[in-house]
Amino acid sequence: MGQIEWAMWANEQALASGLILVAGGIVATVGRFAQWYFGAYSIAAGALVCLLEYPRGRRRKGSTMERCGQKYVAAAVKLFGPLTRNYYVRAVLHLLLSVPAGFLLATILGTVCLAIASVIYLLAAIRGEQWLPIESKPKERPQAEDIKPPPSNPPPRPPAEARKKPNEDEVAAGGNPQVNPIPVTDEVV
Amino acid sequence: MGNWLVNHWFSVLILVVWIGLNVFLFVQTFLKYEKSDEYYYTREILGFCNRTLRKPLDQNLTFHKLVAYAICIFTAIHIIAHLFNFERYHTSQQAKDGSLASVLSGLSHHEKYGGSWLNPFQSPNMTVLYVTFTSIAGLTGVIGTVALILMVTSAMEFIRRHYFELFWFTHHLFIVYFLCLALHGFGRIVRGQTKDSMKESHPHKCAQSFEKWDHHDSHCRPPQFEGNPPESWKWIVAPVILYIFERILRLLRSQQRVMITKVVMHPSKVLELQMTKQGFSMEVGQYIFVKCPSISLLEWHPFTLTSAPEEDFFSIHVRAAGDWTENLIRAFEQHHSPVPRIQVDGPFGTVSEDVFQYEVAVLVGAGIGVTPFASILKSIWYKFQRADHNLKIQKIYFYWICRETGAFSWFNDLMISLEQEMEELGKVGFLNYRLFLTGWDSNIAGHAALNFDKATDILTGLKQKTYFGRPKWENEFSTIATAHPKSVVGVFLCGPQTLAKNLRKCCHRYSSLDPRKVQFYFNKENF
Repeated sequence: MGQIEWAMWANEQALASGLILVAGGIVATVGRFAQWYFGAYSIAAGALVCLLEYPRGRRRKGSTMERCGQKYVAAAVKLFGPLTRNYYVRAVLHLLLSVPAGFLLATILGTVCLAIASVIYLLAAIRGEQWLPIESKPKERPQAEDIKPPPSNPPPRPPAEARKKPNEDEVAAGGNPQVNPIPVTDEVV
Repeated sequence: MGNWLVNHWFSVLILVVWIGLNVFLFVQTFLKYEKSDEYYYTREILGFCNRTLRKPLDQNLTFHKLVAYAICIFTAIHIIAHLFNFERYHTSQQAKDGSLASVLSGLSHHEKYGGSWLNPFQSPNMTVLYVTFTSIAGLTGVIGTVALILMVTSAMEFIRRHYFELFWFTHHLFIVYFLCLALHGFGRIVRGQTKDSMKESHPHKCAQSFEKWDHHDSHCRPPQFEGNPPESWKWIVAPVILYIFERILRLLRSQQRVMITKVVMHPSKVLELQMTKQGFSMEVGQYIFVKCPSISLLEWHPFTLTSAPEEDFFSIHVRAAGDWTENLIRAFEQHHSPVPRIQVDGPFGTVSEDVFQYEVAVLVGAGIGVTPFASILKSIWYKFQRADHNLKIQKIYFYWICRETGAFSWFNDLMISLEQEMEELGKVGFLNYRLFLTGWDSNIAGHAALNFDKATDILTGLKQKTYFGRPKWENEFSTIATAHPKSVVGVFLCGPQTLAKNLRKCCHRYSSLDPRKVQFYFNKENF
C-alpha cells in the first residue's frame, strides 16, 4: 500500500471532472437554464482543467505510459515551472475553480468531482509528490541487433565466415594475416 | 477482420443479443413515457421524459467493463434528461401565465384535491438545487453518481496496473452505488395520472378545458396523480443476492486451514510453496488467491498453480515483484518457526483447461508467465506415466521466452525429467520446446558458441539448445502449419500484450480459410 502515488489518481479524477464540467456547462448553456452564465463559466473552467491535467506526470519508479499526443500540451504545462509542478498549487486552483460551478445543478457534479480531486492532490502534496514531465528515452534497439560491428577481415574468405560470430571480435582487425583460432564448420543458430 | 469474426462469432452473437435487449428496453420505456396516456400531463410540463433502465450482469472482466461503459453512458443520458426536467418543472412553477403547465403545477394548493401534486416544485421559492438535495431521488442520484465516477477514475488501466490496491478498495464504493440505485425511485417523484382520474377526466377530453376544471358544472375534474413505484431494485436484487452469496462462500473457503508441506528457495528470488488444504481440488492452469495475515490483513494476491492435479499437494511459485511478495519471500527466508500462516481462496478457472482439447498445442510463456504451462506439462507427464489414453494431444510446441538465466533453474528439473521421460517412452518428438534468452550479451553468446558441440546446453543442461533473441513467429507458424496441414492448433499465451497482438495476427494469417485444413485458435491468459 505504501507505493501509491495519489497524484496519479488525482490526475485521472481531475481530468474526468474537467470533462463533466464541460458537459454540464454545455447542457446548461444550450438549454438556457436559469443562471446559465454559470454554465458558460463551467465550460471554460472545465477546458482549462482538462488542458492542465491531460499530460500525465512521470511515475516515481518504472516507465510511464503517455496519453496520446500529450507531448505538446506537456511542453506548455512545463513552462509554468513550479506553478504546475507543485501539487499544493493545483489543489488550491482546483478548489477555487470548482466553487462557481456549484451554483448550478447542471454543473454541481463537476464541482463535487473537482473538489474531490483537489483533496487527493492535497494528500499527494503532503506526501511530497511532484509533477515531472515524462522524458522520452532514446529508443534502444533490442539486444539481438546490438552487436559489435563485424571485424574487417581481408578477403578472400569462405561464405560461412561472413556470419556474425561474437568470438571474432577478439580477432584483431588491423590487417593482420587471417588466423582463425576456432575451426569454422557449421553456422551458429 | 473476416478471420476475427470467424474465430469469435459466439461472443459477437452474445454481445449483439445483449445490446439488442438494452436497446429494446430503452425504446420500450421511452415510448411508454412518450406516448402513454397516464403521462399526458407529465409530458405537458416536461416536454418529454427520459427514463433509462440498465441491468447489471457481471460475467467476466470484458463484459464487466462493457456493462460499466453502458452504465456510464446511460447515467449521462439520464442525468442530462432530468436536468432538463427539473429546469422545466421549475419554470412551470414560476409561470404565472395561466397556461396548462402552470395550472398543473399549482394543483397541490387545491384544498379539495390536496395531496395529488404533479410538480415536485411545490412553491416558487424552491430552487432546482434545493429540490435536488431535499428529494430522495436527487440526493441518491448525486451520491450514487459521485461514487460511480470515483470508481471509474480509479479503474483506469493506468491506475489498475500500477496501483492495484487503490483500484481494489475504491471499487468497493459499488456498495454505495447500488444502495443509491435501489433507493433512487422511492421518492416516487415521477408521476402519472391515476386510473380513476383517467376514467373520470381523460386528458384527451379535458386537457383543452383546463380553465374550467374548477367549475362545478364542468364534466372535468382536476386530474389526480400518483407516483410510479420504484423499479430499479427489481433488476438488481437477484445479482446482488448472488454476489453476497459468492462473497460469503469465498470467505468461508478462505478460513480453511492451509498446511505448508514444503518451502523451496530458487535462485533469482523465486519462492516455491507446496501446500495442502482439505477439500481442495484443482485443474491445470488454475490460479488461487493467497493472503498472508502477518504481512497484510487485507491483501489477496493471485498466483497460478504450478503443480499438476495428479499431485497430492498444490504449489505456487512466487517471484519478488512488489512490496508484498518481497515481504513474503523475506518472511520465509528467515526460517521462522512456526512458518507464517497462509490463507488460500480458489481455485479459479482459466482458459488453460482447454489445452487438452487440441490435437496440436502451441504454448508460449514469457518469463514468469510460464507458470500455467508448468502445471500443464507436469500433468501431461503424470498422464503419460499412467498411460492415459484419453490425451487428445499429439504434439506440443512449447516456447519459453526469458530474460535471464537464473529464472531457468526451478523449471529445469521438470524439463530434464520430461526429456528423459519422453526418451524412455520412445516419444521423442511429442514435446518440442524452444527456449529463448532475450537478455543475452556477447559474453553469454560467446560462451555458448565455444561450447557449441557439447551434447547438452551449457545454460540449462537440456538436450535442446537455448536460442538467443526473440522467436521469429512467422517462421514458427509456417513450419507448424506445414507440419500439420489438417489439424486444429490451439495457441496459448501467458505474456505481455504486444506478444499477444503478434501471435493473434499470426494465428489469423496462418489459419487456412478452408475449415478442414489447419486452423490456429488463439487463447490468452489474463491477469
